[in-house]
Amino acid sequence: MIEVKNVSKYFGDKKVLDNISTQFYEGKVNLVIGRSGSGKTVLMKCLIGLLYPEEGDILYSGRNFNLLSDDEKKQLRTEMGMVFQGSALFDSMTIQENVMFPLDMLTDQSFEEKLERVNFCLQRVDLSGSNGLYPAELSGGMKKRAAIARGIACQPQYLFCDEPNSGLDPKTSLLIDQLITEITHDFNMTTIVNTHDLNSVITTGENINFIYEGELAWVGTKDNILISDNELLNDFIYAQPLTQMIRKGL
Amino acid sequence: MKLITRTLEVFGEYILFLGKVFRKPEKGKIFFNKLISEMDMMGVGSLLIVAIVSITMGSVITIQTALQVESNWIPHWTVGFTVRTSVVMELCPTIISLLLVGNLGSRITSEIGSMKVTEQVDALEVMGINSASYLVLPKIISALIVIPLLIIISIFFALFGGYITVLIVQMIPIYDFVDGLTSFFRMYDVYYALTKTFIFAFVMSSVCSFYGYRIEGGALELGKANTQGIVVASFIILVLNLVITQVML
Repeated sequence: MIEVKNVSKYFGDKKVLDNISTQFYEGKVNLVIGRSGSGKTVLMKCLIGLLYPEEGDILYSGRNFNLLSDDEKKQLRTEMGMVFQGSALFDSMTIQENVMFPLDMLTDQSFEEKLERVNFCLQRVDLSGSNGLYPAELSGGMKKRAAIARGIACQPQYLFCDEPNSGLDPKTSLLIDQLITEITHDFNMTTIVNTHDLNSVITTGENINFIYEGELAWVGTKDNILISDNELLNDFIYAQPLTQMIRKGL
Repeated sequence: MKLITRTLEVFGEYILFLGKVFRKPEKGKIFFNKLISEMDMMGVGSLLIVAIVSITMGSVITIQTALQVESNWIPHWTVGFTVRTSVVMELCPTIISLLLVGNLGSRITSEIGSMKVTEQVDALEVMGINSASYLVLPKIISALIVIPLLIIISIFFALFGGYITVLIVQMIPIYDFVDGLTSFFRMYDVYYALTKTFIFAFVMSSVCSFYGYRIEGGALELGKANTQGIVVASFIILVLNLVITQVML
C-alpha cells in the first residue's frame, strides 16, 4: 500500500499539488483521474521519486521515502515498475533486451534465468515471439504491452502507468486495461494508473482519486462515480456529448 | 549582469551534472560493453571524415606555405618544417577537434536529448539507475581514448596530404620537403598537441552530453540544445586553446 500524506508540490510560485492525502491499495487498480494539467503526472512523478514534494510524506508499505537513505531509495526503486505514456522503450534495443534490461542492471541472475523471465513476461502480455523486434517495428498497442512486460520484469510491488491508453483505439485500450487489471490481481501489486479515459475509469477503477487543479476533489470507485453529486467530478465525467446522453438516460 | 548570473547558474548545473556522471558504474560488464560500442561509433564512425579533412588540410597548408616562402634566401626544407609544426601543434588538434564537436558532439546531444524527451532517461531513473553515469560516462571515457588517437591519425594523414601534393605539383623538391618534415623534431610538440586534444575531448563530450541531458520539452528544444551544445563546446575549446598555448609554450 502507498500512503500519500499532505503532499504539496510547487513549480516556482505555482502550487501544482495542494495538500493531497490519499491511499493506494495493494492488489487493486488505483486510478488518478483529472483534466490535463490538473497535476496527475506531477503526483505520479512524486510517487516514483522523479520529483520531490516540498511538503508532505509518501509511505511505501510504511517506508517514508523522504527518510530513506540513498541505498534504501535505490532498493525501493527496484520494487517499482513504470509504464510511461510514450512507452519509453529503448530504441536501440530489441524487445527482449528492453525487458531484460532491468534484470541485467538490478539482478545477478544468469542469462538463462533472465531469458526465462523475459519469455514469461512477454507471454503474459501476449507478445510471445516478439523478442527480436525493435520498438520501431511495433504498433502503439504492442509498445504499451512491451512496456508493461518491462515494468513487471523485476516482479515489482508497485506498478505505475501514466496514461497507458493514450493514442490507442478503444478496443486496444480495453485490452490494455484488462491486462493491467489481470496482472495487478495475479501478482497482488499496488497499481496506480493515471488516466482521463472514461472507459478505463468505469472498467478498472477499484479506487479512483479525482484531482482538480492540484487538489484531491473526490475519492470513490467505479460503482459510485457515475452517481456522485460532486459537481467538479460531474463536469469532468459528463463533459462529452456521449456521456451527457448516458446521464440523461440514467 | 543577467547574462553573468545565467552563465554561473549553467556552470553550476554543469558541475553538479559531472558529479552525477563520475560515479561507479552499476555493472562493470555492461559499462565495458557500452564503452566498446561508443569507441567503435566514435572512432570508426569518424575516421573517413577525419582522413578527408586532414589530407586536404595538409595539401592546402603545403601549397600556401610554399608560396609564402618562395625566395632564394629561404631554404626549401622550411616548407616541410613549417607544415609539420603547424599540423602537429595547431591545425590537427584544434581544427579536427572543432570538426569532431560538430560531428560527434551533435550526435551525443541528439542521442541523449531524444532519450530525454521520450522519457527513456526517466525510465532509467525509475529503475534506480544513475542515468547520467550510465549514458554519459562511457561517452566521456571513450572520447578521451578515441579522440587523441584520431588526432594522431589525422596528423599522419595531413603530412601525407602535404607529401602527395609536393610529389604531384613539384613546387619544391620532394627530398627537401621530407628533410623539413624530419628536421628539428621536438617530442614536446606532440605532448602539447595531445594534452590539448585530451582536454578538448573532455570538453566536447561532457558539454554536449550536458546540453542533451538538460533538455526539457520536445523536438524544438532538442534542436536548440544541439546548436547550443556545439556553440558552447566550440567556444570553450577556442578559449582553452589560447590558455593552454600560453601556459605550455
